[in-house]
Amino acid sequence: MKHSISAMLLGTALVFGAAGGAVAQDKNIKIGVLTDNSGLYADLGGPGSTVAAQMAIEDSGLAAKGWKLDLISADHQNKPDIGTTIARQWIDVEKVDIFMDVLNSGVALAVNNVVKEKNSIMINTGAATSDLTNAQCSPNTVHWVYDTYMLANSTGQALVKAGGDTWYFLTADYAFGHALERDTAAVVVKSGGKVIGTVRHPLNTADFSSFLLQAQASKAKIIGMANAGGDTTNTIKQAAEFGIVSGGQKLAGLLLFITDVHALGLKVAQGLNFTETFYWDMNDGTRAFSKRFSGRMKNKAMPSMVQAGVYSGLMHYFKTLEAMGGNPHDGAKVVAKMKEMPTDDALFGQGTIRADGRKLHPAYLFEVKKPEESKGPWDYYKLIGTTPGDQAFRPLSESACPLVKK
Amino acid sequence: MQALYAQLLVGLINGSFYALLSLGLAVIFGMLNIINFAHGALYMMGAFVAYFLLNNDYLSIGYWPALIIAPIVVGIFGMILERTMLQWLTGLDHLYGLLLTFGMALIIQGVFQNYFGSSGLPYAIPDQLRGGMNLGFMFLPIYRGWVVIFSLVVCLATWFLIEKTRLGAYLRAATENPTLVRAFGINVPRMITLTYGLGVGLAALAGVLSAPINQVRPLMGADLIIVVFAVVVIGGMGSIMGSIITGFALGVIEGLTKYFYPEASNTVVFVLMVLVLLVKPTGLTGRAA
Repeated sequence: MKHSISAMLLGTALVFGAAGGAVAQDKNIKIGVLTDNSGLYADLGGPGSTVAAQMAIEDSGLAAKGWKLDLISADHQNKPDIGTTIARQWIDVEKVDIFMDVLNSGVALAVNNVVKEKNSIMINTGAATSDLTNAQCSPNTVHWVYDTYMLANSTGQALVKAGGDTWYFLTADYAFGHALERDTAAVVVKSGGKVIGTVRHPLNTADFSSFLLQAQASKAKIIGMANAGGDTTNTIKQAAEFGIVSGGQKLAGLLLFITDVHALGLKVAQGLNFTETFYWDMNDGTRAFSKRFSGRMKNKAMPSMVQAGVYSGLMHYFKTLEAMGGNPHDGAKVVAKMKEMPTDDALFGQGTIRADGRKLHPAYLFEVKKPEESKGPWDYYKLIGTTPGDQAFRPLSESACPLVKK
Repeated sequence: MQALYAQLLVGLINGSFYALLSLGLAVIFGMLNIINFAHGALYMMGAFVAYFLLNNDYLSIGYWPALIIAPIVVGIFGMILERTMLQWLTGLDHLYGLLLTFGMALIIQGVFQNYFGSSGLPYAIPDQLRGGMNLGFMFLPIYRGWVVIFSLVVCLATWFLIEKTRLGAYLRAATENPTLVRAFGINVPRMITLTYGLGVGLAALAGVLSAPINQVRPLMGADLIIVVFAVVVIGGMGSIMGSIITGFALGVIEGLTKYFYPEASNTVVFVLMVLVLLVKPTGLTGRAA
């Protein structure tokens, strides 16, 4: 009896305490990292994204200014239904303010709807689909690192210009693969090339030889790999085995991460061209961050652009909340303010967030170094081209996003 | 038409892995009555042992010795598992063995993933098997041809060992009636441990074979094991020849699906499984329990 009375008193005190806090500006923030913690994308996001979020929390210095920051993370297993279930639980029960990472386009589009419905926030750094800022755009979502339009635009254009005018697509059979194939095909056709054919493989395929033989038989000059993670590394490895590159066809990695290159080894990966928006060895800022990050990782991995995006996106979010003087727990309001403020951090440099939620920063075309050019572990890329932020992404004039006023 | 031949051959290559893995499962189920869900994890360990052997600064042991060493190392690991855990489940419902081995698989994979991440590690094709030959209808990498031939030989040798030799006869007798076989002075528990070691060794061997083709990844077995179980179910639980033939046949069917309707290539095996179970619940070559 005594216990239940004290519990009741405590409960009442908490209710009043919380109410009082709301009047004097709430300074609680809860961050949720929703990612693939155990599957084929776990290296490019996964636990590393949680490490990046933790680093952002520490570097923000908010805790010293009286803010209370909480971080949780969950594994969506690349399944949209699991992703949305976690998202609802996080918003309703855990009171999560902001979703970070959310890689896998299928999951991202599903969570995007929940976040909008519940007026929460998503800074998506992991998913590729450009629909997040196009037809499916939302006042609660910012798409931070890259998207299929940008990848297609940068890599596709460069390869067609270099003479690769016939394409065959090897596409992962879900939202992301379809979007990447569609956007790249559009760029290829616009630049004067032709798409000869396409084959769609299930996500997480171990053996690509059947698909590679079909691509080989098509005689296309470029085999565009509209897939990611373990699927891409297996494709590249097996393409070498089937003599595809030595037979004169060229592989185009439309989405590759540094963790993939590391997994393949330079011997297999050398010479590949692809686009990223972050590389650890760009300048002093990126190097300093990456060394610290790598020190915290079990396998001493350098950050992927997805993980770097988690850090950079959160820093901007924290800055915005600090400027607002507290956390209003109103997703759309905070995102609107985030769009007003220019972004600036050590990893992605200066940038802006557009009305459709697209974060703008430069896109870099890289080539993988030859083994003899590399000075040590993780020294993998040569920069061969830069597209400025305002040209890299889909122009607003082509946008189907209802948030864009025309 | 040419493309069709190529797909048949590619299917046969994948079939070799299915055959090797389902054979190990069939041996273990037939002799120990355990549904070994840790098989995929042990297959993965085989590939990792090959990787460690090669990339260890002191050893630097290549592909050929690894083909023998890795199955032995993983086989011993399997025997330790059997001695310390699995043997206590003798006589209990299948469900216990399934849950225990499933849990072991999750732990093993989790530990590897913790240390090596999920994208995996590179393992090169041995120099002697590099390159390929032009068969007219397709370019066949020599390594793939080697995989088909080698696994066929291993499968048949295992079948011969169990069905045609005296040792195999003891084994089969021990499953039928362990008490009677013990009365003849044969150490049945040790034989069972060795059998588990053999089944696990086959999984590890498949792992070494696949290391140069696929990335050496902690989850490489988890992706495969479900398909392999479907193969075992279709072939008939515990049937040695059944699992070999079904392994190769399903590889070919899957290969053809990848050509005619690629989107369904990872479901076709399960559709077949359902059909077989509806018509013949014991599997194609299985006997009624």
